[in-house]
Amino acid sequence: MRGSDATALLLFISLIVFVGITVYLFATGYYAPPPPITPVGLQVDHQYALTLYATGAIFILAQLGLGFAVFRFRDRGKPARFIRGNTGLEITWMLATAAIFLGLGALGTKAWSETRFQPSAAGAIKVEVTEEQFVYYFRYPGADGKFGRLDPALVSAPTGNPVGIDPNDPAGRDDIVVPTLTVPVNHPVELLIRSQDVIHNFFVRELRLQQDAVPGMVVPLHFTPDRIGRYNIMCTQLCGMGHYQMHSFLNVVSEAEYENFLAQALKQ
Amino acid sequence: MSSSPQPVHAPPRAPIGFFRRYIFSTDHKVIGLQYYFLSLVAVTVGVVLSLLMRFHLVWPRAHMPFVSGGVMRPEQYLALMTMHGTIMVFFVLTTAPLGAFGNYFLPIQIGAPDMAFPRLNMMSFWLTLVAFGCMLSAFVVRGGAPISGWTAYPPLSGLGSITGPGEGMGQTMWIVSIGIFCFASLLASINFISTTIEMRAPGMHLMRMPLTVWAWFVTAVMSLLAFGALLAALIMLVLDRSAGTSFFIPYGLVVNGELQVGRSGGWPLLWEHLFWFFGHPEVYIAILPGMGITSHIISNFSRKPVFGYRAMAGTLCAIGFLGFLLWGHHMFVSGMNPYSSLAFSALTLSIGVPSAVKTFNWLGTMWGGKIHFDTPMLFSIGFISFFVTGGLSGIFLAQPALDNMLHATYYVVAHFHLVMAVAAIFGIFSATYYWFPKMFGKMMNDTLGKLHFWLTFVGAYCIFMPMHFVGLYGGIRRYSDFTGADYLVALRPLHMFMTIAAFATAAAQLIFFYNFFKSLASGAKAPENPWRGTTLEWATASPPPIDNFAGHFPHVFRGPYEYSVPGAREDFSPQHLPPSEVAGTAEGAPNV
Repeated sequence: MRGSDATALLLFISLIVFVGITVYLFATGYYAPPPPITPVGLQVDHQYALTLYATGAIFILAQLGLGFAVFRFRDRGKPARFIRGNTGLEITWMLATAAIFLGLGALGTKAWSETRFQPSAAGAIKVEVTEEQFVYYFRYPGADGKFGRLDPALVSAPTGNPVGIDPNDPAGRDDIVVPTLTVPVNHPVELLIRSQDVIHNFFVRELRLQQDAVPGMVVPLHFTPDRIGRYNIMCTQLCGMGHYQMHSFLNVVSEAEYENFLAQALKQ
Repeated sequence: MSSSPQPVHAPPRAPIGFFRRYIFSTDHKVIGLQYYFLSLVAVTVGVVLSLLMRFHLVWPRAHMPFVSGGVMRPEQYLALMTMHGTIMVFFVLTTAPLGAFGNYFLPIQIGAPDMAFPRLNMMSFWLTLVAFGCMLSAFVVRGGAPISGWTAYPPLSGLGSITGPGEGMGQTMWIVSIGIFCFASLLASINFISTTIEMRAPGMHLMRMPLTVWAWFVTAVMSLLAFGALLAALIMLVLDRSAGTSFFIPYGLVVNGELQVGRSGGWPLLWEHLFWFFGHPEVYIAILPGMGITSHIISNFSRKPVFGYRAMAGTLCAIGFLGFLLWGHHMFVSGMNPYSSLAFSALTLSIGVPSAVKTFNWLGTMWGGKIHFDTPMLFSIGFISFFVTGGLSGIFLAQPALDNMLHATYYVVAHFHLVMAVAAIFGIFSATYYWFPKMFGKMMNDTLGKLHFWLTFVGAYCIFMPMHFVGLYGGIRRYSDFTGADYLVALRPLHMFMTIAAFATAAAQLIFFYNFFKSLASGAKAPENPWRGTTLEWATASPPPIDNFAGHFPHVFRGPYEYSVPGAREDFSPQHLPPSEVAGTAEGAPNV
């Protein structure tokens, strides 16, 4: 075997092995995230699977095609064929990829529109999320259902007013501010996400959702969790030296536990 | 384009004296090499930074070299990360493909004696070098290097050291450095554009330009439009930091318990829009020259014309154009209007189409060919493989619904490293092995080259494939350790594997450096045209004389990739030989 034959064969084999390992690892899903806890999360997973099949097919075709071409058309003493192109084939391939890619995009819009275009369901529990270096604060409006006015000049974590609730506003007297997010199961929740200093983020992998917290903006985000449990809330937007420790918890609890949580929090 | 044939004149002599000839030279070839060696230094720094980071991720409590205090602190990790990204994107992936190879080969490949503005060219290089010095100085100023990432989002980057260590003087040096770099890139892109339009040899129609020239030309146009936006954004950021303006700072920020008085009306997303209006074209600035080089080399070593030359030139332009319309895919979860996400998503998915056409045509070029497996060809084959793998994960990230779970995870890190870093670096290696004989008049060792290829090809996949799984599992990037959540700890075996692969792959690069400098000192003498190529760089001595063609300026008679033309005397028909000397040229055949 000549050196170039060996190189060609080695390329072909290594691409086959690479494709094999990749397909195996993606198919077994050993490192797949835990199942989603919202209906929208299921849609996201479905869209992910669809995209994986389509791109996976192209991946296999392209890598093995590359390996095959390299091996089959190695220098074997015969002259190369003089071909300048094949416009018909090129246009067919172009239209096919356009259809696949844009088709995937169109199918994926449903999950996006449910999280971002549709308003939260009527009667959703509203919780204001305030993020700052490197903590989360969750504010519940209390019995009156109204959030009190905020004033940045009054922000003072040491005196127990970390988000700056104005004490002169009666709507703010019963506001509850806690470091973790507790919500009842099967009940729509609307978060109002804001930041007090730099850009942060709210990410829960089981929700398949994330949203940046941008200072100067209040961005709504809604979901309806259908599984009781305790989930990590992580900051994914680089926010400073403590970024890696900026996390909190989403507690999805039963209706009774939720009422209990509110009562306890109000007492404190 | 000049319509009159250029007179053959006495070749100019190279300037006498070491400084004028090698340091303050206006010769595009010397400047190209200066850019090349700058990017070699930069890539070495960048790789060392990444190794320190990878080491820290799996042994966070270990004592390490180059780290003040021994054990790496979170802000030191973020500083390394910021500097790694910045140095790699600007001083390697922008500098080497365009600044080094574009400078050296664009004028030769179009048959010109130099760039259109040689002094401007020298100025571009020296400004870039000053920018690099500024960037490195961020390590030693008070507070150390910035921690805001290569994207430098305000308010983190916009308020000074109150937001974190490194955000004082370090961030200022970063801004000054990138500002100078922008200016240098603007000058360079004007030069590339003018040279391509004005300096082509007689007969060098646009549709006879090598695809490398097309790629550098489109890249230069992109640089001209993109770096201007970044420069404007940087000036606003400097004003926010030091003049008390509020371009990016809204009302009522409380940072570190301190109310930011006198700031109002700014919008952090303005920076994101401006930055990514530059930043997304920038990734194409890094990869387009690699695409041109791949087309060039695949054709040369397959002994076949480029499959669909017009489509290849057209897709370069299409990618360049579309590349400016999809910056918003970096901002799906930023708080931007969610309806605009759908437009950005559709445009992003659209850019997959010209990319897929390119891949198809690379395979088409090899199909029916007579492939020679010299080292440059191996790296071009590697380029295609990485481009496909890295490109396809982009189809996931282009969908806002999926970005909801993948944004800012290691999945993104895997995606852009494969498609932008590894593929582009393979383009650079490919170009190095291919043009080394021309640049230095010496051949590189092919056996060592092949060894380098195999170790790097396998190594790069071992580093970056597992990263997809880390990301899918919810592993978040830019974390200096994984104590933030229990599930992150479960990813340690994958991180360990990637770290070991990173060290092994980095070690394999020593083979390249050895081969490079050994060949430079004592490589076999290179002939004029070692790869039996058709384009004009192979029509002159190795290395080329000061005016590139020793007074004999070429006329161009045919397209750039006339390989294996039926009836021709050789299996390659050089662009500069008149029809009588090659015979059988199929000029006028379809798709020329």
